[in-house]
This record gives sequence, structure tokens and C-alpha cells, in this order.
Amino acid sequence: MLYQIMDGDYGGSCGGCSEDMTVEFGYEPHVLAVDDNLIDRTLVEKLLKNSSCKVTTAENGLRALEFLGLGSDERNSLEGTVSKVNLVITDYCMPGMTGYELLKKIKESSVLKEVPVVIMSSENIPTRINQCLEEGAQMFMLKPLKQSDVKQLKRHLMKYRS
Amino acid sequence: MDLVQLQRQLVDYRTSLYHEGFLDEQFTQLQSLQDENNPDFVVEVVSLFFEDSERLLNELSKALEQQVIDFKRMDAQVHQLKGSSSSIGAHRVQKLCIVFRNYCEAQNVEGCLKCLQQVKHEYGIIKTKLESMFQLEQQILNAGGSIPV
Repeated sequence: MLYQIMDGDYGGSCGGCSEDMTVEFGYEPHVLAVDDNLIDRTLVEKLLKNSSCKVTTAENGLRALEFLGLGSDERNSLEGTVSKVNLVITDYCMPGMTGYELLKKIKESSVLKEVPVVIMSSENIPTRINQCLEEGAQMFMLKPLKQSDVKQLKRHLMKYRS
Repeated sequence: MDLVQLQRQLVDYRTSLYHEGFLDEQFTQLQSLQDENNPDFVVEVVSLFFEDSERLLNELSKALEQQVIDFKRMDAQVHQLKGSSSSIGAHRVQKLCIVFRNYCEAQNVEGCLKCLQQVKHEYGIIKTKLESMFQLEQQILNAGGSIPV
């Protein structure tokens, strides 16, 4: 379930991964966390903040797209702009738009397609996992999330700073 | 009761909740997220869980009283309850939700009714136990002590 990433992108003399990215890189990634379940949303936000991330939450795919500037009512005013977020982490099972559909919309956007998207699910279904990875998801994580999952996620994320 | 006795009582109580399968390691994860910046994190999240669960249980009761039962909608609601109980480590409630979902899928009214009663029962128990535990923690804090890990 882990996306294989090429090494050697750190540059400088930073050595190994640090858990506290702010200290090491002076960088606090901005994460958009999407989940229709209030308890899960609260938890993932805390987990991310504990890992020195700036967090915005959204309760469904539509709100997430609106935040990202891809709302259906908006003209695509994203030409030449940089993505607001460094990572999107989304639940798979959501009413209306699933996490998979949200992933596809993000990957279809010329501005946002480079933003890593992580899918979370409480259900371990191989076809679902493969479907998401094939569509370009960075990682697939099983719920309930633990602090160690988020730390692992951050280590991968660090290699994708824009 | 003195501070040391209170602390011992809390540790024993907490241990029994794990032993008896009311809580699982996800609750420990939740506790580890609490820190000086968020000293009430566990109580806050558990309170959200109580509110959300009660809302869902009410909706499920109503759904089963209808002439035409919307099993799909019920399944989605049980899925929500399963998710939140799993996230806070309410082990018994989570396990019952899995059974409940199977009955929804099979569109088995009797099964659903029985499961709903069981979930309500287990939910009531874990709510009481967690509230007792929080009260004990508060007593310890009021007596100037710290919560043992």
C-alpha cells in the first residue's frame, strides 16, 4: 500500500528524517483533511497538528473542492496559481462524492494534479485500494489512524515539497 | 479517599475496561494525543462520540418504525457508528455494528431490531463507564494529583 518514491531529493546536509519538520526545515505543510464523520475529522486534525502540520478540514468532497478552488460554481480561476495545500487526506466512504471521485477531480486539474492525495478507509478491500493507487493516490491508509501512521505519512510527504 | 487510593482505583478501573473488552488500544491512542495544549482532548472527543451516537441511535430507532424500511440509509448510519466507535476504541459497540450491518444488508428486520437493542445496551454501558472514569480523573485533578498513565 505504499507508493514507491525515488530517493535523493533532500539536498543539503539534513541527514535522516526528523519527526519535527518545522525544526528541521522551517516548513509546516498545509493539509486538507476530508471526512464526513465528525469524530474522525477531529482525530485526524489532531494527529496532523501533532506532526506540525497546518490543517484545514472539510466535511465532504464538494466543500473540499470549493476550498481548493475547484468548486463547480467557480470559473477555473486557478491558471498560474499555486496550490493552497501540500497534501489532501480524504476518507473513501462519503455521501455524495466519494474519496475516489475527489481524487479523480484533483488529478484532472492542471494546477492541483501534483498535490499528493491520501485515501483513508475503515475497510480493507484490495480492489478499492488498487483502484485508488491506480488513479494516483499517494497512499492508502486503514482507519482508525494512529500517530505512527501520520509520522510515516509525513516522511513521504517531505519528499514532495513544492 | 486519599490521592494515592484514587489513582490506584483509576488504574484498576481503566485496566478492567480493557480486560473486559469495553475498550481497545485505540482508546490508548486517543489518550496519547492529549497534552498540555489540549488537556481536555479525550473528554472532548468522547463527548462528540456520545452526541453523535445518540443521534444515530435515535435515527435508527425511527427508521425501524417505518412502514417501509430504508435499509440502505440504515446501513450508512450503522457504518457511521461503527467508524466513530472504532476511532475512540469503543470495542464492543464497534463489533455489534459489524453484525448490525450484516442484518441491514440481508434486509432482516428482526435481526436489525435485535441488534439495535444490543447496540443501545452496550452504548449505555460504555457511556456510564467512561463517565465514571472521567469523574475519577477529575477527583484526582481536584485533589492536586496527576492522572497516572
